[in-house]
Amino acid sequence: MSSSKEKPKDRQPKSAFSRRSWLQGAGVSGSVLTTGLLAEEAQAQTAANVMSGEVEITLDINGKKRSVKVEPRVTLLDALRNRLDMTGAKRVCDRGTCGACTVIVGGKVMYGCSVLAVDAVGKPIQTIEGLAPEGQLHPVSKAFVNHDAQQCGYCTPGFIMATKGFLDRNPNPTTEQIDKALSGNLCRCGTYMGMKAAVLEAAKEIKNG
Amino acid sequence: MADYKWPPMDKRRVMGKRIARLDGPMKSSGRAKYPSDMNRSDLLFGALLTSPHAHAKVTGIDLTAAKAIKGVTAIRVISGPGTEIQWAGTEVAAVSAVTEEIARDAVKAIKVTYEVLPHLVKEDNLAKVGARAKAAGEQVTGDPDKAFAEADAKTAGDYGIPVITHCCLEPHGSVVAWGKDKIDFWPSTQAVSTVGGDLAKMLELPATQVHVDCQYMGGGFGAKFPADRWGAEAARLSKESGGRPVKMFLDRATELTIAGVRPSHFAKIKVAGKKDGTITGWQSESWATGGIGGGGMAPLPYVFTNIPNRRMNHTQVSLNTGPARAWRAPNHPQASFLTCAAITDFADAIKMDPYEVFFKNAAVSARPETYRKQLAKAAELIDWKKKYTHGAQKTGTLRRGLGIGIATWGGAGHASKCKITIHPDGTVEVELGSQDIGTATRTCITQVAAETLGLPMSGVKVKLGDNSYPPSGPSGGSTTIGGVSSSTRKAAVNALEKLFEKVAPSLGVTPDQLEADDSRVVVKGNPAKAMSWKQACQKMGPTPISEMGENEPRTAAREGLNTQGASGIQMAEVEVDIETGVVRIIEVVAVQDCGLVVNPKTAESQVAGAMIMSVCSALMEERITDQTTGRVLNADMEFYKLAGLPDVGKLTVHMDITPEHDARGIIGLGEPCAIGGIAAIANAAANALGVRVPMVPLTPERVLAALANRRNA
Repeated sequence: MSSSKEKPKDRQPKSAFSRRSWLQGAGVSGSVLTTGLLAEEAQAQTAANVMSGEVEITLDINGKKRSVKVEPRVTLLDALRNRLDMTGAKRVCDRGTCGACTVIVGGKVMYGCSVLAVDAVGKPIQTIEGLAPEGQLHPVSKAFVNHDAQQCGYCTPGFIMATKGFLDRNPNPTTEQIDKALSGNLCRCGTYMGMKAAVLEAAKEIKNG
Repeated sequence: MADYKWPPMDKRRVMGKRIARLDGPMKSSGRAKYPSDMNRSDLLFGALLTSPHAHAKVTGIDLTAAKAIKGVTAIRVISGPGTEIQWAGTEVAAVSAVTEEIARDAVKAIKVTYEVLPHLVKEDNLAKVGARAKAAGEQVTGDPDKAFAEADAKTAGDYGIPVITHCCLEPHGSVVAWGKDKIDFWPSTQAVSTVGGDLAKMLELPATQVHVDCQYMGGGFGAKFPADRWGAEAARLSKESGGRPVKMFLDRATELTIAGVRPSHFAKIKVAGKKDGTITGWQSESWATGGIGGGGMAPLPYVFTNIPNRRMNHTQVSLNTGPARAWRAPNHPQASFLTCAAITDFADAIKMDPYEVFFKNAAVSARPETYRKQLAKAAELIDWKKKYTHGAQKTGTLRRGLGIGIATWGGAGHASKCKITIHPDGTVEVELGSQDIGTATRTCITQVAAETLGLPMSGVKVKLGDNSYPPSGPSGGSTTIGGVSSSTRKAAVNALEKLFEKVAPSLGVTPDQLEADDSRVVVKGNPAKAMSWKQACQKMGPTPISEMGENEPRTAAREGLNTQGASGIQMAEVEVDIETGVVRIIEVVAVQDCGLVVNPKTAESQVAGAMIMSVCSALMEERITDQTTGRVLNADMEFYKLAGLPDVGKLTVHMDITPEHDARGIIGLGEPCAIGGIAAIANAAANALGVRVPMVPLTPERVLAALANRRNA
């Protein structure tokens, strides 16, 4: 499955490291290190590189400045969920595969688990909480409800954000483009049947404003 | 006695309608709070230390370094020195700390020494499992030797389906706070009414002291019934941290390693029969594992249970791997795959269309007519007759094929109690200690209550997910919808009777002359004589009406609100690239009976979801263990593969909604639709290739190996 999402490894990170799995340092479990790539990266890094202690940063989330104290290794996802009580983005694979943590950073659809909170400073961050005011639904959310493109719902916010980011870039998508755009997100209950129709309906709704 | 039976099919206003799930807006706006989203004040984070060894004895644990880390509030040893570990990932110690990062640091700082013992983590080759095999005994019916000796045709095949995991997107875990007099427990659970008692038992506390709250949960599929060791340890960490709430959810690697699997199933199967397709004999030697306790035992032959001459041998294999848990339709998907593959191979060998062979041999199933109708419907939907050709006739690089899978399930309603309160202002509360695990239970209960009370959906407030509500069974085995719908129906009828007693004098009739319809209480046969629901409720005075309803499984079938016995047929069309070995789904069709369907929209979603899970299991899902290290190699979501949007092809769901099925009452749906898809896809690939790929998932490697074996044969 190819993902259209930009992962941090594709960009120039501000910090000295290229993989957040390693950046989490102590958080990396032994079994993950059995995969070759991470093991090599682990050897390439030295303990002296690891910063510790919390720093206060300001994040621009849904148009509001939010101050938060994080260690440099804390991901944007964990900053949102654990420190700012913004729990719409979910932690599922925690390794940039499933898309349940999808957020939009600097206009780009990204996995929140694969961006460090400190790297998100200075960029506008959109999360699902900012899509619509309390009591209202964004057209994408509404279309997912209409087409029952959700069951347990744990993957849903990620899909909604991936769809939102996709429609921002491509307001007139074909079904093939939808397949590709959402292939970086996974659902376990199997809610894909209504999803294409939901995305098409949302696109129409957004255009008609 | 009150008349509880369902209103006639054509008279229903709310039940049977395609109503969007009520909690959809909460979920799709990110506002739904799952247990893993519960950020209580003063929250602590828990983390587990797990065993890297599949079989070992713990010889020592040193907590000194971990204790010295600032921010750590408590450390608990779970598997102390002397404990024998039986699978990698076993919980050894747990930590709570003020941040998740510190909790992980502390886990890493704990030093454990082990005496490593020999392990076995693979069972695909029965000859290599040695003393870990335990024969379950032979079952013989009729005279299989004679049947095979006299048969026109005989086939023999090897088939296998590996262990897969549940891979719930919300991992197992909970937030728990051990307060002074009670424990507040927010677990991600399928068992709201029983999980609190389970936790209390583990903590040796009275069940009355555990309050459970779970409004949303991110997938269970059979793996989320118990409070679990990590739940109990999170509670103890909370107690040792002065009652501060502790959030402890498994990380993904641990989730995929210890939080439940579906047992594997392998079999050597021989089929004997006549030239006309009648199957006369079956012999199977099967084996399976579900971890240290051995494996599940698939019911073979599946559905075609009355093949006259049968011999079955099964062997359980004990492995040093995480234990099995119920996985959507326990043992049935494996049984369906093994049986339907063997029958398809028999059909191929006698050059008959497998559709005809399935149709003919439906005679030896429990419901021949139902299966035949469903086979015909599914064939019509996928255009079988026009598209089917024998595998030997296929040419070209991209080859298409068709396959069939078959399903049976019980699905009778579980024990459930419902309390309905009608308030004097006309508002209605419906309370059940049940759960909505993504199956639209909340929506369906609302439909039943609204239908019965003659109210719109918005006139009824359904409350679930709290163990202070009347108890309902866990959501497993497709038992929920029958149970909760029946108890809700009864509670609503009972409450309505009480209301009619209060209202009847004002309308100058007896209570039995009244009915509720369109937000009014109406005199039957005289619609002009009525009062609005609101006016009617004002007649009750200041005290609300509150009535119970109960579904009791032993008497439910007699009452007819719910029953059991669901049948289903799935057919698949796939395209295989014989150069790359890639199998692509063109279409999967499901024809599914589940009796009275409360909400066709969400029912179809559930069936489609199960078909997608079958695509995963048929094409990509497999827990891969490594005999050298004893570990799960793909305990992540990059290499433990699930299907994405582009992988599932066209999905066609046909709910078999007919007056005769409707008259049977409600039957559960979650399991029956999760059974036949793997067989359908695997058989479609066999048809496309003209050769059986013995083992699913049908990875390119396995497809190409099967093609190479045929060339070499």
